[in-house]
Amino acid sequence: MRLGSSMKRTILCLGTLCALAAPIGWAGAEEAELSGSVSAELRFFPKDPKFADQDDRHFAPSIAAEPEFRWDARDDLRLTVIPFLRYDAADTEERTHWDLREANLYYEGESWDGTAGLGKVFWGVAESRHLVDIVNQSDMVEDIDGEDKLGQPMVNVNFLQDWGTVGLFVLPGFRERTFPGDSARLRGGLPVDEDQTQYESGQGKRHVDFAARYAHYFGNWDVGVSHFHGTSREPRFVTVSTPDGAALAPVYDLIDQTGVDLQYTSDAWLWKFEGIRHSGFRTSDSFYAMVGGFEYTLYGIADSDADLGLLAEYLWDGRDSGAPTTLFDRDVFTGMRLALNDVQSTEALLGLVTDTRNGEMLLFAEAERRIGDSLKAEIEGRFFLNADSNSPSASLEDDGQVTLRLNWYF
Amino acid sequence: MIRQSLLSATVAAFLTPTAAGIAFAATPEERGHEIAVEVDARDLGFQDSRVAMQMLLKNAEGETSTRELWVETLEVPDPEEGDKSLTYFLNPGDIEGTAFLSFTKILEPDDQWLYLPALKRVKRISSSNKSGPFVGSEFAYEDLTSFEVGKYDYKYLGDANCGGMTCFMVERYPLYEDSGYTRQVAYIDQQEYRIVKVEFYDRKDSLLKTLDATDWKEYLGQYWRAHKLEMVNHQTGKETVLVFHDYEFRTGVSESNFNKARLDNIR
Repeated sequence: MRLGSSMKRTILCLGTLCALAAPIGWAGAEEAELSGSVSAELRFFPKDPKFADQDDRHFAPSIAAEPEFRWDARDDLRLTVIPFLRYDAADTEERTHWDLREANLYYEGESWDGTAGLGKVFWGVAESRHLVDIVNQSDMVEDIDGEDKLGQPMVNVNFLQDWGTVGLFVLPGFRERTFPGDSARLRGGLPVDEDQTQYESGQGKRHVDFAARYAHYFGNWDVGVSHFHGTSREPRFVTVSTPDGAALAPVYDLIDQTGVDLQYTSDAWLWKFEGIRHSGFRTSDSFYAMVGGFEYTLYGIADSDADLGLLAEYLWDGRDSGAPTTLFDRDVFTGMRLALNDVQSTEALLGLVTDTRNGEMLLFAEAERRIGDSLKAEIEGRFFLNADSNSPSASLEDDGQVTLRLNWYF
Repeated sequence: MIRQSLLSATVAAFLTPTAAGIAFAATPEERGHEIAVEVDARDLGFQDSRVAMQMLLKNAEGETSTRELWVETLEVPDPEEGDKSLTYFLNPGDIEGTAFLSFTKILEPDDQWLYLPALKRVKRISSSNKSGPFVGSEFAYEDLTSFEVGKYDYKYLGDANCGGMTCFMVERYPLYEDSGYTRQVAYIDQQEYRIVKVEFYDRKDSLLKTLDATDWKEYLGQYWRAHKLEMVNHQTGKETVLVFHDYEFRTGVSESNFNKARLDNIR
């Protein structure tokens, strides 16, 4: 059983305390641990695909694995390797893929720490859109919600001070965004031809990017300020021709993005704001974008143990037509999160993003429940409603989906 | 997004006790307060501690489920501030790596952050969920936060036999907001001032739960810790048992570990 060894290991070593924790008689600081998960997934697309060259099967089964290997070489030095692999029967071209989510060395000093290798960081506070979070590229072939990220080559050093934490990032090497295969669902109107990818920088994907972030909390306020200079994680697209017909080629410009994220926490209220100033798309002016709103939780509803969270956010994006299009230019997100707080940690989320200008809607629902101690079942649904024929969601509207997933944790 | 409110809680230096003579106070309220001050005083100076914990959940049908976690506590000497604690989950697998940081306050809401490993996201969370169940157990969040004298009003009810010892019976009335209890009756042994049993009364003043703390050991020649806590819910028949292993004290943990900037690298 994993129980014994992993518990010992973890107790033994928490950063710098290991040395003094030793007297209980454990072997030493050098401990390795393997954990992770394997999952089986079935995506169901109720409608026929919109475009003739798309695969018209309605069911897309796939399997994935994400083992996590950690080795504490010393009390203050850890090696982490987290590969990710997926085999997708319906999209063997692109969604069948692998990545190193993490492969790095982490050093933890008293007032600073550092990571070198492929790493992953998250910045921000909002739920419906992650504007500020820019270091890692999105693994869009995993899911178009952008929550899955590719491992980013980095050297990151964080300085912990009484007045906050300053993180500096040198990012040597760019990860291209992943896209569904030419005939896959959720690919959009035209396939993406990654062989014709263009970069503003003459160094292409070898351009070295930089980022810095300051984060701290002041009473009920959590504050983050960040800046990024380098290759845009979000591409523009230009139409190109291929032997098979027209396609889209991603264009990655050099950009600057300054971000601010704020959260004010009071009683059952979380008030959130993220804002960015973006410049550098060669075909557009600089612009601002923001997302802000709240999360309010009703604890112990109807005399039960369950909590009901109510979420609302307003999304605004000031980019002009020369910038890559976004679905979130003038939108309202509303959502409900139900947590039963039972032994199986049953939870459900229902969300709706509505475009205030053209009435387009993105509806999503998720639910999950643990089974026993090492399995978890998930169901997710996402549908595009009311799609405007001029909007990018028009090309996705027939790719509404229901996903069933079973995860096994080891 | 769904993973956000999975859990949270703090199992700090709670239900910890200690001894000395207590002068007779004028009223039952003053006497109760004096006993609580002594309970607190006997736990002063432990500096920091670290303990592994197994949590066994049983429902009325006898089905069980387990959790494993560890908890690190940093004593904050300022009596106006509560302790800091760090809770880390090893099991079940879907929440492995989840970490919870809490800065306990006396009457103000605690400052709490939750780290969600799947998203690598640290989220400041509301601490007003005092009466909710901690990871599906019979322990509410408020049962697990560090004991601070100023959190309650007290009333000494009398003496009672408790497992072969003589105990003070002290009623406690929560002063912080959002408590799920009208009152608690704590049994405190007169020798070492350990809280060995607590009866919890719900908002309707019905007996809700009983906590029994057993398997006591003394550390550093003065700090007593229970290694088994059994919480029985009389209204549902459910039960949660916490078993603690291998307390360590004065590990020399640095305050920089109790920092939201470090939550994503706890292991």
